[in-house]
Amino acid sequence: MAYDKFNILKSSAVPLPIENVDTDQIIPARFLKATERVGFGDNLFRDWRYNSDDTPKKDFVLNNDTFSGKILVGGKNFGSGSSREHAAWAIYDYGFRCVVSSFFADIFRNNCLNIGVLPVQVSPVFLEQIFAAIDADPNSNFTVDLPHQKISIDASGAAEHFEINPYKKENMTNGFDDIDYLLNIKEDIRTFSKNTPL
Amino acid sequence: MKKTLFDKVWDKHIVQQIDQGPDVLFIDRHMVHEVTSPVAFLGLKNRDIKVMYPERTFATADHNTPTINQHLPVADPLSAKQLDALEKNAKEHGISYWGLGHEKNGIVHVVGPEYGITLPGATIVCGDSHTSTHGAFGAIAFGIGTSEVEMVLSTQCILQPKPKKMRITINGNLQFGVTPKDVALFIISQLTTSGATGHFVEYAGDVFKNMSMEGRMTVCNLSIEMGARGGMIAPDEKTFHYIKGREFTPEGADWDKAMGYWQELFTDEGASFDKEFIFDGAAIEPMITFGTNPGMGIGISKDIPTADDIEGGAATYQKALDYMGFNEGESMIGKSIDFVFVGSCTNGRIEDFRAFAEMVKGRKKADNVTAWLVPGSHKVEKAIKEEGLLEILQASGFELREPGCSACLAMNDDKVPIGKYAVSTSNRNFEGRQGPGSRTLLASPIMAAAAAVTGKVTDPRTLMNS
Ligand code: SF4
Repeated sequence: MAYDKFNILKSSAVPLPIENVDTDQIIPARFLKATERVGFGDNLFRDWRYNSDDTPKKDFVLNNDTFSGKILVGGKNFGSGSSREHAAWAIYDYGFRCVVSSFFADIFRNNCLNIGVLPVQVSPVFLEQIFAAIDADPNSNFTVDLPHQKISIDASGAAEHFEINPYKKENMTNGFDDIDYLLNIKEDIRTFSKNTPL
Repeated sequence: MKKTLFDKVWDKHIVQQIDQGPDVLFIDRHMVHEVTSPVAFLGLKNRDIKVMYPERTFATADHNTPTINQHLPVADPLSAKQLDALEKNAKEHGISYWGLGHEKNGIVHVVGPEYGITLPGATIVCGDSHTSTHGAFGAIAFGIGTSEVEMVLSTQCILQPKPKKMRITINGNLQFGVTPKDVALFIISQLTTSGATGHFVEYAGDVFKNMSMEGRMTVCNLSIEMGARGGMIAPDEKTFHYIKGREFTPEGADWDKAMGYWQELFTDEGASFDKEFIFDGAAIEPMITFGTNPGMGIGISKDIPTADDIEGGAATYQKALDYMGFNEGESMIGKSIDFVFVGSCTNGRIEDFRAFAEMVKGRKKADNVTAWLVPGSHKVEKAIKEEGLLEILQASGFELREPGCSACLAMNDDKVPIGKYAVSTSNRNFEGRQGPGSRTLLASPIMAAAAAVTGKVTDPRTLMNS
């Protein structure tokens, strides 16, 4: 599925300084019953965001108007657990385009890259600086520069380089997905399949 | 060049290496279920393409299915819609489909090995993270997202950067009462839930060599819980014996040809790993978790660690304990519990039910406990009946349900109510995993059995004759 191209993103950020945020929290299993990719943003962090009677939990960050923006900043080991791509969909659908953490779970990272959410892994020290900047001013802006693989805190000018596979970077900046690539080499795949041992 | 088991299988499946990019990896076998596949099939429809090799994909309904009255129409309209979509998609594309009530129906990772879909040296994927289970046969098996499901359906390939390699070696004899589940929970407690992120794990050493195939599946199943892409164990005689004669296992000349490949599947002497861990099997105790991720586990005789003892944020740790209603420094033994769940792709196979039945035999289910015993497949259910385990269970006050994922992820009606404690043989104790507000203690089938008959957390060894 095509997604918006990612180039330079300038935005305020939403802080979620919790470690090991797993995909069951990002989107609980009971909201995985759709047969189409619509409406997942409403259930992003459902059980942290709403009480069991569906009233919003006041102290959860997504219910706090002070914080907004297209960047979600999470604690270490973000996205562990289930392979559900729905977690990445929910994040995208809610309006985030970038997730920042000091460590990501593998499948979650892949899923994000496949649907146009940029996972930016920073050092633990820089992550603390980002949280501190939001703490000092919830409206503080951050710049995520994909071409230069750099994330910066606008107020202080502090910046850090981040890694991304060059192939994935190209895809993200162009809004391409992997399926297009694979469909183009179908003949090679056919030839290869004739010689597989199983 | 010296290669690891993982290298050998991976390299055999590279269709193309993209410069500075991921490898194009050919997938031998693909399993789909109703929850993570509909959007992928929709993608195919939008592109107007068909499944490239339908004979390499197998569909079963499991995540969303009721575990009672499966002969009746599914009551939840959303679940019913997903199940219908799977059936329709499978038919349209000519894929084997084992729907609700079908004799081969069951949890994807249980039925794969049962019918010989799972083979040594194969690449196996599924839109479910516990696909790592199939690594028990020496396969490279891992969970994928829905976009990747669409890739495999349409091209039988996915793009993957080659993971790093880790080896976990455990020698020595396991103590009495220590099961494969305990070995896995022990490893995760040592490595933490992110300790193997970016890596593919090979399990080596006597402990895994001596394990049954089902035990190996339990261990490989839980690889994902330490962040690994997957885990694998080199195939041996036990593996070949297990797969021989199953429906989708190659036969005759094809078997011989495959065997030529399979016999090469071991890590060469001197091959290198990015990370290695070595543990002493004799040091492992029966394990139980006390927190909200599978790394928060302890030997049953130990106390809940204090925040100072653990790596990671104290606030996050405290949040987990608050959720569970536990305190630092407490013992788990004697804590009252409300539910017991035996099942899932981690511990829902026949050996698990044998172990559970042996422990409860001649005892009674505690009155304060609701027990859900859910076989991983119809084949397991049948074996439970044929082996006479059902009578033992019933005599002790237990009932057997019909196969499915059930309370492992609580997408169906099998939900643990808010605030209640469940001793569960499944794989995740995340907040709300077994129902909103549920509190999960992960453990082995015998620990679950001990809890089921005593109504509280109990060291299973105290109920066993050594
Ligand atoms: S039993 Fe649990 S972990 Fe296994 S496939 Fe089903 S939902 Fe996934």
